[in-house]
Amino acid sequence: MFENIRLALQGIWNHKLRSLLTMLGIIIGIASIITIVSTIKGTNDQIKQNLIGNGTNAVEVKLYQDDWEYDLSYSPLPEGVVPVSEETAQALREIEGVEKVSLYKARPYIDGTVFYQNTPFSGSLTGIDPEYLGIYGYTLTAGRNFVERDYTQYRKSALIDRKAATALFPGEEPVGKIIEISGEPFTVVGVVAVRDAFIPTINSMNDYWMYADTSSGKIFVPGTVWPLLFRFDEPESVVLKASGTEEMTSVGQAAAQILTQNQILKSDSKFSYQSQDRLEQAKQLQNLSASTNRQLIWIAGISLLVGGIGVMNIMLVSVTERTREIGLKKALGAKRRRILSQFLTEASVLTSIGGIVGVAAGIVMAKAISAVMLTPTAVSVPAILIAVAFSIVIGVIFGIIPAVKASKLNPIDALRRE
Amino acid sequence: MLVSMKNICKDYALGKNSSVPVLRNVSLSVEEGDFLAIMGPSGSGKTTLMNLIGCLDTPTSGEYTLDGENVTKLSENRLSEIRNRNIGFVFQHFYLLPRLTAIENVCLPMVYAGVPKKERLERAKEALRTVGLEDRMNFRPSQLSGGQSQRVAIARAISMKPKLVLADEPTGALDSASGAQVMELFRKLNEAGTTVLVITHEQAVADCMNKTYHILDGQIRETEGNP
Repeated sequence: MFENIRLALQGIWNHKLRSLLTMLGIIIGIASIITIVSTIKGTNDQIKQNLIGNGTNAVEVKLYQDDWEYDLSYSPLPEGVVPVSEETAQALREIEGVEKVSLYKARPYIDGTVFYQNTPFSGSLTGIDPEYLGIYGYTLTAGRNFVERDYTQYRKSALIDRKAATALFPGEEPVGKIIEISGEPFTVVGVVAVRDAFIPTINSMNDYWMYADTSSGKIFVPGTVWPLLFRFDEPESVVLKASGTEEMTSVGQAAAQILTQNQILKSDSKFSYQSQDRLEQAKQLQNLSASTNRQLIWIAGISLLVGGIGVMNIMLVSVTERTREIGLKKALGAKRRRILSQFLTEASVLTSIGGIVGVAAGIVMAKAISAVMLTPTAVSVPAILIAVAFSIVIGVIFGIIPAVKASKLNPIDALRRE
Repeated sequence: MLVSMKNICKDYALGKNSSVPVLRNVSLSVEEGDFLAIMGPSGSGKTTLMNLIGCLDTPTSGEYTLDGENVTKLSENRLSEIRNRNIGFVFQHFYLLPRLTAIENVCLPMVYAGVPKKERLERAKEALRTVGLEDRMNFRPSQLSGGQSQRVAIARAISMKPKLVLADEPTGALDSASGAQVMELFRKLNEAGTTVLVITHEQAVADCMNKTYHILDGQIRETEGNP
């Protein structure tokens, strides 16, 4: 076997130009496939990262009316939807793949509800429980966090994020300031920020609309004081921390099902809990970009076919040229199988060199394209392995006919041929 | 009896329904230790006879026993094995593989027999020593003279220690000095116990042998013993 490979390499080296031209088809085919796959993978990685962020693995489950998120700012309490009971919360914690569960109440867009002196605040207001900030990866940058007594004694305390801090207190120290929420005075006890804030990659206007964080500041208050500001018995939203990115979809679906079953009393209700599945969204976007590129892969595959035919052609020439060598080997006792494997090895060594060169050329091409067009690329290791394996397979497939022809040569005729 | 042929006929097909007989009722026997020539003009069928003796071809009819085994109708693979083990070939044009060195050429039959590499090299060196070319073992055929090439080919033929060495016009492409050297080598091999069968159309070559079969028009005509 190794002897065959060595001889094959020697043969290829002896016919450098011919071998290069033969391999060219394979090289071009493999290079274009690697380029396309790298571009697909780069785009996909970017979509996923932009949508999911840097792995907080937070899955939000919210109340929907029909297909729209239900916003309590302008709507009455939903009929037949009750607050989340302790049993339901426990059931959520027991979902496989769930690490943490937080129940919260939210006004995603408030305007004219919060003031600091005469400065109005627009942004979001969230009534949280002790798990909430941890799930989103918030850390304290100034002041203190909520303590148990903030919740149990209904203290009117607030945490704000940096955006809210700059909006409400430009140039001032926020901690200790009193803000007005729905007419009630709240003390700002601390400032929080997301650790390792993820900045989405934005290459185009489309990306900007899709991913850019245009939200204004966030203010958090203990969930227990929510009824003082708004209404009793508002339904909660839920955010769950999944143990891994791949679990996000299943966790979200399971949680949505539990909540819909337990919290919505009427079976024919137009309300339901739905998970906002970032992973699923990412996959849909990825599929969109992949399906067009998949066609490109097929087209590149045609050049592999052409390359394979080139290999077959040159192998047939080689068999004819070496008729006497084959005849001699057979006369000396080489069996059919040995001649067969000699030519198959030669064909597949030829194509696998083509494959390896093609992979290298493809990586270079992908990097060049990404540098010029500013699109992301990511080299896919499985794709490289498959490409090289595939090029060996091409060698075997297109080498079969010449190799069988060689192995069937009659030694007498082969020796007599001059 | 090493080679025993009885009523061998060989026809070559020309078209669909016609064929031309090349050998007609040839019976031939070769004893172990024989040193003999088969002689005939071109077109007499001597190459066909050699192909049959060498198991490169099978007869149309008749029976052929080689070293006690009936080889008249065997599979291609089995014939390959028999050629590999029992017969050493020497051709007029040497047929060394140009890309291999002398010793690699000598190793070829042992590769096909599955001899381990170390033993292969040992035996190849020994065979080259027998033909007096041990110092040229890393030369390629293009760096060897005709006589040297033929001696490498003889080393290749004896590397598997076959009982029978078949030579087809072994001196046909050589000058007379090299030719004499080759014939001398055959004699030595024969003295060491190998049966040698030379096919030739040269009387001078046949004269070196102990016995000569004359073949003409596909039939063995006469047998003569040389003194």
